[in-house]
Amino acid sequence: MIAELGHYFTVLALGLAILQAVFPLIGAARQDGRMMIIGRPAAYGQFMFSLAAFIALTYSYIVSDFSVAVVARNSHSLKPLLYKISGVWGNHEGSILLWVMFLALFGAMVAYFGRNLPKTLQARVLAIQAMIGVGFYLFMLLTSNPFDRLATVPFEGNGLNPLLQDPGLAFHPPFLYLGYVGLSVAFSFAIAALIEGRVDPAWARWVRPWTLLAWVFLTIGIVLGSWWAYYELGWGGWWGWDPVENASFMPWLVATALLHSAIVVEKRDTLKSWTVLLAIIAFSFSLLGTFIVRSGIITSVHAFATDPERGMFILMFLALVIGGSFLLFALRADKLQAGGMFAPISRESGLVINNLFLSVAAAVVLYGTLHPLLSDAIFGVKSSVGAPFFNLVFGFLMIPLVMIMGLGVHLKWKRADIKGLLQRLKVITGLSLLAVVMTLYITYGGEIMPAIWMGLGVWLLLSMFQELGSRIKLGQVPLSNSLRRLTRQPRSSWGMSLGHLGFAVGLIGIIATSSWGLEQQKVMRIGDSMAIGDYVLTLDDVVPVAGPNYSAVRGIITVQPKSGPSFVALPESRTYISSPMTTTEGSVKTTMTGDLFIVIGDAQSSGRWGVRVYYKPMQVWLWIGATIMVIGGMISLSDRRYRIGSPQGKKKNAKLTAAKETKGSAAHAV
Amino acid sequence: MRFLLIPLLCLTFSLTAAAIGVDKDRLSDPEQEARAQSIMKQLRCLVCQNQSIVESDAGLAVDLRGIVREQVKAGQSDRQILHFMTSRYGDWVLLQPPFKAATLLLWLGPLFLLLIGGYFVFRYVRQKPTTVLTEPLTADEEKRLQQILRENDT
Repeated sequence: MIAELGHYFTVLALGLAILQAVFPLIGAARQDGRMMIIGRPAAYGQFMFSLAAFIALTYSYIVSDFSVAVVARNSHSLKPLLYKISGVWGNHEGSILLWVMFLALFGAMVAYFGRNLPKTLQARVLAIQAMIGVGFYLFMLLTSNPFDRLATVPFEGNGLNPLLQDPGLAFHPPFLYLGYVGLSVAFSFAIAALIEGRVDPAWARWVRPWTLLAWVFLTIGIVLGSWWAYYELGWGGWWGWDPVENASFMPWLVATALLHSAIVVEKRDTLKSWTVLLAIIAFSFSLLGTFIVRSGIITSVHAFATDPERGMFILMFLALVIGGSFLLFALRADKLQAGGMFAPISRESGLVINNLFLSVAAAVVLYGTLHPLLSDAIFGVKSSVGAPFFNLVFGFLMIPLVMIMGLGVHLKWKRADIKGLLQRLKVITGLSLLAVVMTLYITYGGEIMPAIWMGLGVWLLLSMFQELGSRIKLGQVPLSNSLRRLTRQPRSSWGMSLGHLGFAVGLIGIIATSSWGLEQQKVMRIGDSMAIGDYVLTLDDVVPVAGPNYSAVRGIITVQPKSGPSFVALPESRTYISSPMTTTEGSVKTTMTGDLFIVIGDAQSSGRWGVRVYYKPMQVWLWIGATIMVIGGMISLSDRRYRIGSPQGKKKNAKLTAAKETKGSAAHAV
Repeated sequence: MRFLLIPLLCLTFSLTAAAIGVDKDRLSDPEQEARAQSIMKQLRCLVCQNQSIVESDAGLAVDLRGIVREQVKAGQSDRQILHFMTSRYGDWVLLQPPFKAATLLLWLGPLFLLLIGGYFVFRYVRQKPTTVLTEPLTADEEKRLQQILRENDT
């Protein structure tokens, strides 16, 4: 009964989405207020019905209703409640329902928070949002209905893969999807702007917070996934350039570019058609990511053939949305007149070059991910594009990007003085060179490239601090005055500073952990020792442990650091009862200087165990940096300009703001 | 993010005793072992999903690790070992694809895009204004602007 209700709600949501897609669009074209006004209640209703459908499916999981096919396939009555719920989106059908529910949520949010948008713009945005929704509802109802019943009801479900029974991964897909779907708002705004033939700073002011929100969610989602891969998979890796990872990274790169180019539109009324194009590309990557991951096409061309109905629908939908919006862009982009001009050396130029590198980076990831597929399909040649390729090419792309980032934040709008800037950056550049030398000294005999990278990371970090310092006139005015300025910085400035600082911190972590990681492995008997870096490990004992749905062996390992007290690490190797599968629960000892990561394997012959240990220098910096970036994004979102209910800036004020910026005084706010 | 691959991995994993890729027979010379490890990282575990043979417990990965160690011990160069692997399994075994006609786009694409993009950026930032950009401020606005600027400075 509940599942049928869920099915019914989905159909109702589809009906409302069709209304929401058709009437406001016609209304906007005819300037008919009564037709346009339909969009808002339709958006609320659509969200309510899709939420009800989602709750219905969740209920079926919680009560373990195995007459529902997806529940039987993916759940188990003995699973903890958290994983019963996370099981809802742990499969194709349920994840599509979650996706479309989020889409409806964002539609309802645009309807609610966008009440003071121009009427035609809001009507069009809602209509386009609903069109995407129609596609998803149809996809779900026609090819992947989560509410399908089974004719013969099994007594027990198949259960969820033990590796996925983890809090980090339980929340990873929802955040990722909030990010993907959040980009739909920027997309809808872009298409609406193309239809209207108008992009102005007010438009950019609207697009930016939505993009930022999506970016924050996307970042959280990616980092959660990366963190899970790090501690759960037990290989000590946090990023493998796996097609599935790449699928989430591409929209992130483009969303980051979009965040920056929208600033130029908002502040300087230029770079409009490029920003619109980025919004379209960002969402196209989201769709591509969602479908490609779920259809399994990346793993093998042949996966498509196993479910041709789904595959054809996906292809047609992608072609329609992406092709259609590019066509519209080609036809209408010339309507978007460029506004303010700027000199080749200016904040604008810096942001344009940032966009160039981020876009090329996204293209590299896209082509690298698709190359094996194309090579197989076109030439019939199997080929691999793996981590070594991406690390190499990405490394080269990142060097100029980091440099432009460190310089760009200091540049003034319209026209900047590069000589003066380089002069002012002398001290930190010197310090960074010192960092290179020190790194070479510490890692004597090692490679040179990591040391150069380290210098670059330090330089970026210092550059961000110097920018903050110059904004509060540190050293130019009395300290108390500077501190007062610091407290008066708008939140969007804090967002920019923290976002970039977080990036620099994370970058330093990435450089250290990927350049100077240590790894040791040994087959050990009880009483054996092995050394790694400054640590000596001794296997004291191995004991059996019984968990709720697994049995495990637990190693008791005493770790003696070169200096300081010893500690005991308890890595486990778990064998799950329901599915014959072994997972490793590594023991991680985290400090600011590095993680000691110990993994134990199954018993080998005659009382011996395989033990693998990693030392990951400054690994935690990566997680801290990512957290700072997310916090920066959130603080920026809470800026007064974006806060709910704040009246739209008057035209006159906007002009004043623009005029102010030409003087370059308030030019640093992001 | 790899969660979809895991079920596939389970099928291909052979759950051998050393389930975490710890080999009994490592090379006694640490320098040689390090070299073997760096070669292993470049080789794809052919029965796995996008993993190198270092990170896999599949029987094939264990065998390939053994072969790499043997050849390192026998004094083969990195190049020779990689060549041996590609002659046996094709380019597919290399995680970093070789530079050849079929991968031209892959290797030169980024550079090409940067050049094209760079050209457009160059043209864009050099263009001359075509329209009058802003109306001058009215006297009232100018006064208010000065006032705001003064407030900002204090």
